[in-house]
Amino acid sequence: MILSDGEREGLDAASAPTAAAPTVGELFRGFLMLGLMGFGGVLPLSRHMIVEERRWLTGREFTELLGLCQFLPGGNVINVAAALGLHFRGIPGAIAALAGLIAAPTAIVVVLGAVYSRYQSDPHVVHMFAGLAAAAAGLLVSMAVKIAWPLRRKPVALGFAAICFIAVAVFHFPLLPTMLVLAPLSIFAIRKTGT
Amino acid sequence: MNSTLVSIALLFSQLSLLAFGGGNTILPEMHRQAVDVYHWMTDSEFVALFALAQAAPGPNMMVAPLIGWQVAGWSGLAVATLAMFGPSSIVTCVALRLWRRFKDQSWRRAIQSGLVPISVGLVAASALLIVQASDRAWILGAVTAACAIVATRTRVHPLWLLAAGGAIGWSGIGQ
Repeated sequence: MILSDGEREGLDAASAPTAAAPTVGELFRGFLMLGLMGFGGVLPLSRHMIVEERRWLTGREFTELLGLCQFLPGGNVINVAAALGLHFRGIPGAIAALAGLIAAPTAIVVVLGAVYSRYQSDPHVVHMFAGLAAAAAGLLVSMAVKIAWPLRRKPVALGFAAICFIAVAVFHFPLLPTMLVLAPLSIFAIRKTGT
Repeated sequence: MNSTLVSIALLFSQLSLLAFGGGNTILPEMHRQAVDVYHWMTDSEFVALFALAQAAPGPNMMVAPLIGWQVAGWSGLAVATLAMFGPSSIVTCVALRLWRRFKDQSWRRAIQSGLVPISVGLVAASALLIVQASDRAWILGAVTAACAIVATRTRVHPLWLLAAGGAIGWSGIGQ
């Protein structure tokens, strides 16, 4: 789909052929199920749903699309939903896929938020949410470690990660100017040094 | 639209366009604006909302609609959802249409690998911020450390770790 004709020749011969293009309703239902089931990260599940279960894309096409989506701002799976919907059914398809993806999680966070507000004065509930928050913090630490690990032998990249961390976490600089300064420098330096 | 809804729309649409590397990179800015700039909530309320959003299924940016709902009810929920997911999706759709013009692989890869350290720095900053705000007792620090180690070393489902953290918290031990 997003590949040019020349790139298509490189498609994995073993990849399964894709099924018929999904309708707007199928896009909505597919992403609704994904949103409902994706506890603790939708990305692995989204590949399963799009490539293996519903065969909307081949594995190679999915990886290419994900690469583009990771390069753009916004949540990766959010972008995959928008791009897939647009590709198959234009703007109505994109809206259906996005609405499907966020409908169930939105309803669930609102219910959890209402429970939190209602029982905010109950010490058990306050303690439980404190424990939940501590666990969520641990998951975030783990994620930071996992994404930083591949940079451990790349001093220039590590240096930019450290500068960015200090600017935001220690000096509390606003995000927009920080990114406008650091992103071009990082792109330039990494391109020059190859690390 | 009242001024709160305008602020919600401006904040989340800006964050939507800055979220290179996913939802966790914009947490420090979301926290700075919601707590320090707009005074919508306290530090610990922000952390509680983040934890709630982590416990829910779906994309990891669900804290945005939740903040909108807490600050301005149903209209806040709608505005925050549209602002958080709309602008980045529009950019994605436009970029997809232009994709064939971006054939220069080296140019694209240079930007991609140059943005990785920025994402890493921002996620690390998010982690420090959330740890500082949530670990107000020794037991909570222990829960964070244990979850970080288990999640890094094993493939245990994150929901089990959240459930264990919630259960330890519920017991009230050490708090």
